[in-house]
Amino acid sequence: MIGQIEDVIIQTFCRLIIPFMQVFALYVIAHGHHSPGGGFQGGCILGASFILLCVAYDIGEAKGRMSEKLNVMLCSLGVIIFGGIGVVCLILGANYLDYGILHKLLRVDVPQARSLGILGIEIGVGFAVMAAMISIFLNLASRGEHEEAIEWE
Amino acid sequence: MIWQLDLILLIFVVICAIAAITVKDLLSSAVILGAYSFFMCLLWVEMGSVDVGFTEAAVGAGVSTVFFVAAVYNTTRRTKD
Repeated sequence: MIGQIEDVIIQTFCRLIIPFMQVFALYVIAHGHHSPGGGFQGGCILGASFILLCVAYDIGEAKGRMSEKLNVMLCSLGVIIFGGIGVVCLILGANYLDYGILHKLLRVDVPQARSLGILGIEIGVGFAVMAAMISIFLNLASRGEHEEAIEWE
Repeated sequence: MIWQLDLILLIFVVICAIAAITVKDLLSSAVILGAYSFFMCLLWVEMGSVDVGFTEAAVGAGVSTVFFVAAVYNTTRRTKD
């Protein structure tokens, strides 16, 4: 499946479509709080673009773009962004994830602070979901080896 | 909300669901499950729940089909029963 079929049509098409998928995923994440979409969907599309790279080329090529260490670090970074915004709200004297109190820190009015807070949450969720999807796919496709292709049985 | 379109999509959903659990080839079953997710996504969008339909299209039809196909490639393709 992976790395055994070299097809110029598939590789060229994937090379063309992956940047558009990633731009669309960033659009979905950034507009998540006032249109359909959000961190989870955008993160899934970001992860799917990387999975498409794995399927069209091979796992080694894809891991040259994003190593296992960077993947785990991005997953943790997403969780830290999510929890950190909540804890900052807690420190400033409001409830957990009550973004309205962030207007003291950001020097904007309360509705703007709520909008920016939910944007930060969406970005954190997007990072975490993207890294988790890539990690699940790599572990499933290579039996946890993270290296070579799978043979047909 | 057009009930004729709802009915057509619902019939496709039921056909895909029955086909996915009766077919013997697991790879075909995974692909039919992806088609089921896509019809479910169309049904949700048509009934006005755009956000749920978007999630279904991204997760159900996109990523989980790839997961099933990767799992089938690592195990057997034929079912025993």
